Amino acid sequence: MSEASAYTKPLPELEGHAREFYGFCKQRELRFQRCTKCRAWRHVPREMCAGCGSTEWEWARASGRGSVFTWTVVGRALHPAFQEDTPYAPVVVEMEEGVRLLSQVVDCPPEALEIGMPVEVVFDDVTDEVTLPKFRRAPA
Amino acid sequence: MAGQACIVGIGETDYCRKPGSGMSQLGLQLTAAVRAIREAGLEPAEIDGIMPFPNLGRAEEFAANLGCENLRFAATVHMGGAAPAASLQAAAAAVTSGMASHVLLPAGWNGYSGARVRQTVAQDLASIPGGAIARDYYLPFGFTAPPQWYSVIARRHMHEFGTKPEQLGAIAVTMRKHAQLNPRAVMHGKPMTLDDYLASPMLADPYRFFDCCLETDGAAAVVVTSAERARDLPGKPIAILSGACGQPYPADEITNREDIFRTGLTIAAPEAFAKAGITPGDVDFAMIYDCFTFEVLQQLEEVGFCKRGEGGSFVEGGRIELGGELPVNTHGGLLSEAHVLGMSHIVEAVRQLRGEAEGRQVENAEIGIVTGWGDFGDGSIAILRR
Ligand SMILES: [Zn+2]
Repeated sequence: MSEASAYTKPLPELEGHAREFYGFCKQRELRFQRCTKCRAWRHVPREMCAGCGSTEWEWARASGRGSVFTWTVVGRALHPAFQEDTPYAPVVVEMEEGVRLLSQVVDCPPEALEIGMPVEVVFDDVTDEVTLPKFRRAPA
Repeated sequence: MAGQACIVGIGETDYCRKPGSGMSQLGLQLTAAVRAIREAGLEPAEIDGIMPFPNLGRAEEFAANLGCENLRFAATVHMGGAAPAASLQAAAAAVTSGMASHVLLPAGWNGYSGARVRQTVAQDLASIPGGAIARDYYLPFGFTAPPQWYSVIARRHMHEFGTKPEQLGAIAVTMRKHAQLNPRAVMHGKPMTLDDYLASPMLADPYRFFDCCLETDGAAAVVVTSAERARDLPGKPIAILSGACGQPYPADEITNREDIFRTGLTIAAPEAFAKAGITPGDVDFAMIYDCFTFEVLQQLEEVGFCKRGEGGSFVEGGRIELGGELPVNTHGGLLSEAHVLGMSHIVEAVRQLRGEAEGRQVENAEIGIVTGWGDFGDGSIAILRR
């Protein structure tokens, strides 16, 4: 999957917090921001804790386990780069830590998805620079 | 405050798909604007407040074309499709506080012949709610466009409350039925059955093709002034009893909401009804921003016409049809009239309250609401009275 020139889908801009988030993914670690004061997890990354107001956080390692919260099945792509992928399913995964992440489940056809289905993170090196956190089915 | 501002003029262009309007985006909106201004009995130069739709034009260019030499109030409510109904509240505040005398609300685009949704999302980050969040955390996974963003909420609703595809279909079929009564509707003369709906291809499951709004060319506009000023104008003023808007939390990220059904309207609707001193039971019709079928169902719930979870059965059995308990979108809405960004919903509400909705008049319509839905669930509502 490392043929960088062949990858045409949109990529995150590796700046600021996104650079850190995806940098950890490249190292095979799923980490989310966690407030060091009130210990609340959060995603997407923010500048401060909306709960307690603290501007201090750590990139805490998540278990990588979660469950399917909801999803859609795209039958007609509304972005040219995803035309060949249809039908594909953007999936909202609820992590054990409570935060939710928009991703895909790589080993599950859209019609087999179920709310509550246990999943675990896998890492997809889509280019030399970018690794996307995706999911696969996990034992309950 | 209630009743101190009024809508005194409405204007629209034709609505079309092929071959397109043949006009610029600004030209379309100016055409609708001039119609609304003249319908109000005003001259374009008398407009001293302009509230353009987000990203569809600047107040300066409207003013320069219309000859508004005394523009005093220019503002845009950045809430996507919730902007027009939200702008009614802001315009009402402007004319009752003296910031402006006559405020123009234009909206329109070449939604068919110009840039289509699939192009703008791919090319223009500024047009995407959430901006960099969408770029960094949604787009790489193919979560790129409104039907996809909202359909994940629809699926949760189906999961938690048992809402059925046939119930979403009832909304689509009702909008199409209403369009048959509206010669201006793009879908006039093209009726649709529930079977047609169910047979349409999946676009973003659970959204089928016919769950989705039209993409059309066209513009609409309204003019707001004070009740005092309205008395000197020739037409029948329609009072803005109240308005309110709100945002979901967080507004810039759709997946991490504690309560995924709590949208802007959840906050806005109770505020608007309290300010107007009425309840949902007093409402004779509702113009609901119908970008997709489920958003109609969800807004009916959050406005309070039924309890959360009961929207599915509420939209069945003709209840939201003309002649039903709560007629919704008698013009056919974004789903079957045209996609005019919510402005044609206000125009239709005014028509109903004036008693000018030929062939589709809600009998004795006295109070109506207009809602807006935009971005990742921003919401707005205006309560209007004849
Ligand atoms: Zn905190």
